Amino acid sequence: MPKANVTFEKLGVTISVPAGTRLIEISEKVGASITYGCREGECGTCIMKIVSGMEHMSERSVLEDKVLQENMAGSSQRLACQAQVLGGDIVVKA
Amino acid sequence: MNAAPNAVELAPGTHWIGALDPSLREFDIILKTANGTTYNSYCVRGDDGVAIIDTVKASHADEFFSRLEQVARYEEISTIVLNHLEPDHSGALPELMRRAPQARLYISAKAQLMLKALVKTDELQFSVVETGDSVDLGGRTLHFFSTPFLHWPDTQCTLVEEQGILFSGDVFGCHFCDARLFNDKVGDFRFSFEYYYQHIMRPFREHVLEALELLEPLQLKTIAPAHGPILREAPQSYLQRYKQLAAPLLHNEVGTNDKSLLVFYISSYGNTALMAQAVAEGAETEASVRISLYDLQASGGLPFVDLIEEADGIAIGSPTINGDAVKPVWDLLSSLAAIKVRDKLGAAFGSYGWSGEAINMIEDRLRGLKLRVPVKGVRAKLIPNEEELQRCRELGKQLAQHLTGNLERRVISMSELLSQEQANA
Repeated sequence: MPKANVTFEKLGVTISVPAGTRLIEISEKVGASITYGCREGECGTCIMKIVSGMEHMSERSVLEDKVLQENMAGSSQRLACQAQVLGGDIVVKA
Repeated sequence: MNAAPNAVELAPGTHWIGALDPSLREFDIILKTANGTTYNSYCVRGDDGVAIIDTVKASHADEFFSRLEQVARYEEISTIVLNHLEPDHSGALPELMRRAPQARLYISAKAQLMLKALVKTDELQFSVVETGDSVDLGGRTLHFFSTPFLHWPDTQCTLVEEQGILFSGDVFGCHFCDARLFNDKVGDFRFSFEYYYQHIMRPFREHVLEALELLEPLQLKTIAPAHGPILREAPQSYLQRYKQLAAPLLHNEVGTNDKSLLVFYISSYGNTALMAQAVAEGAETEASVRISLYDLQASGGLPFVDLIEEADGIAIGSPTINGDAVKPVWDLLSSLAAIKVRDKLGAAFGSYGWSGEAINMIEDRLRGLKLRVPVKGVRAKLIPNEEELQRCRELGKQLAQHLTGNLERRVISMSELLSQEQANA
């Protein structure tokens, strides 16, 4: 199964996960300080910054894109409950 | 002393048109207001138009409109500036815009998000401004300065260049109601000024220092904040005071290159105290980390919050009693919203009798406060054995290594992470 390496920059830890894993699943297990609300891509609470490796992330869905725009998020930001890692090396600010 | 005055002139053509709220005793639930507060709003008249700077709380709108009408007609208003959108300053905005529909609203970029929630319409026309932007009223020029997070994300200050008047929003403000309005006339408001800073601005002290860099070079004759006295006597001294207040409260005894880790604990039978000692011992094996150990049982009135503000990391030990961490721990944790703790290192540990939930609860709170909690806490059933004390030493050592950056980095698999979690459960 393809793997992705997700590095939590502030925690100083890298986790190897199966491709397709959502960031929320990893950040919860690793104990990163990303806070959550609805977990369904609507509230925008879990907006987080991707430091590098955005090309290895799933495309924004229409819903995620709408919520990010409403919250004036930049192009490097994603919703942890929606974004999936697809492979390669990804660094997140958390 | 609080007989409501008419509109009050600050300088030719520039008036205070705000509202007094002398009976208020608590502001926004969290602040005591021993003699109420004011919602300061201002009117600036130029040759080509009139600007209104901020409005008032909705409950005081009548007072505001009555003063506004003493100095301007609604059809003359060309410009409305909101320095931030908090309801006590934007409460009368919808009605003002209804009465002066031709006026253009000027807000910061971040304020756009709040505006929609406030006026409940997408129809409103507004302009977004930032540092360097200005509006010409004819002989009076409004210059905008972005001062984000003081204390709302959207905060800006507005300068009337020709008169040297800075409309500073909540910055340099305080909750003090005195109809004499000016700092050289009102009663002694020093306590209120300091109290306001400590409760409102302190969590944002880095932003305070950034804003001061922007504001200090200005030739200010008057600072006109959104609450409390208008500072026309020695305005620069209030900038200097903010600079002093934004500096660390305690002299830093830790070497500039050293890191500081504070270990707090509270213990019923001495078991969590033993664990705290072991965490400290483990951390001390790492050079360049200064460890301090404090018993929260003696915390009444001690400035632990001041210490934490300056520390790089905190570890908190609590027993679990009735399925919870104990009150002194929550008291400490609930005090931390007054300072910036984001990205500091955090950890928890503790002894327990039956269940041991306190550690997870403390960790969750630390994460909620945006601390980093990279090392899973240690729990010990009743009296910690040597293996458990060794895990505490290891916890301390890893925390210290996180602080110094000497931690060995490795890739952990998801399954390894899950098995670690089960082992700690």
